[in-house]
Amino acid sequence: MVLPPFALVLDDHQDVLWRYVVAMAGPHDGADLYQETLVAALRTYPALHDATNLRSWLLTIAHAKVVDAARAGSRRPVPVAEPEAAATHLPEPADDELWGAVARLPDKQRAAVVARYVGDLAYADVARVVGCTEAAARQNVRAGLARLREEL
Amino acid sequence: MTGLDARLRRGPAVPAPPSQLAERAAASGVLDVMFATVDSPIGPLLVVATERGLARVGFPQESRDDVLGAIATRISPRVVEAPARLDGIRRELDEYFSGARHRFDVALDWSAVGQFGRQVLDACAAIPYGATDTYAGLARAIGAPRAARAVGNALGANPIPIVVPCHRVLRTGGGLGGYGGGLPIKEHLLRLEGALAL
Repeated sequence: MVLPPFALVLDDHQDVLWRYVVAMAGPHDGADLYQETLVAALRTYPALHDATNLRSWLLTIAHAKVVDAARAGSRRPVPVAEPEAAATHLPEPADDELWGAVARLPDKQRAAVVARYVGDLAYADVARVVGCTEAAARQNVRAGLARLREEL
Repeated sequence: MTGLDARLRRGPAVPAPPSQLAERAAASGVLDVMFATVDSPIGPLLVVATERGLARVGFPQESRDDVLGAIATRISPRVVEAPARLDGIRRELDEYFSGARHRFDVALDWSAVGQFGRQVLDACAAIPYGATDTYAGLARAIGAPRAARAVGNALGANPIPIVVPCHRVLRTGGGLGGYGGGLPIKEHLLRLEGALAL
């Protein structure tokens, strides 16, 4: 298996990975999960058999980290920027209203919506990342979007 | 509806923190290959190292992705940008280009170099700063006086130019010969070392 240098994989996908963990776990816990995901990905990278969809591979690792952290109870999804981190040097509005609403979605819906839109993944890859069937992924995205529209 | 899509796609607008990957990877023993870019008077140089030492110096006109891609295939795809861990070679290159350093002390990773190539590059590394030799001279030095052409090829394949000074090898009769980084860079290095008249 010829794999590209890991650094080039990050060139292409680390921004998406960062936005994904922030949308799932908030900027504070997301920062730890982001670093942990990078090392975990690097560790298993040479054993990868398929280099065709590295973004969904990275997000799958990130998703497992997010779930483990939530299960450990030490982290709660609060994807709203903390006051000191907000606004001042951001190029665009942080859209806290939206991400607050995303944070309040049920776990499966939040994971599917974030993988689909922030991760920019096809449904098959959403299913792979969050660990469900493609049909369930579609259903969770649909339900999540409906709920967001109600709230916003 | 499309408004919601677009807002979701944009993601949370929080700037990413600096990656701690190099430090964390080193601490867990999975930093196989590290690289950094070092500014120099001849342009940005790509330096690539393993735990053993400096494995590759890439010239400004070489594609970073190609150089790293070859390393990923040959050594390990665990290739990580790690400028802080390459401060030693950066400092030595800075000193070399300012004229303060005449000899490099960083450890080298020779694993990409075959036996003949190693003989040639060792002989080349023995040419003192400010001096030059010829392809034929190096061939004699390694006891293969008829191998001047093979010597030239081995020098051309030098993975660690500048540090292993293949620029100090010229054509018999005084012509510059060839250089992987291009002749202007070879000339620059030889002038810097005082081996070419200004």
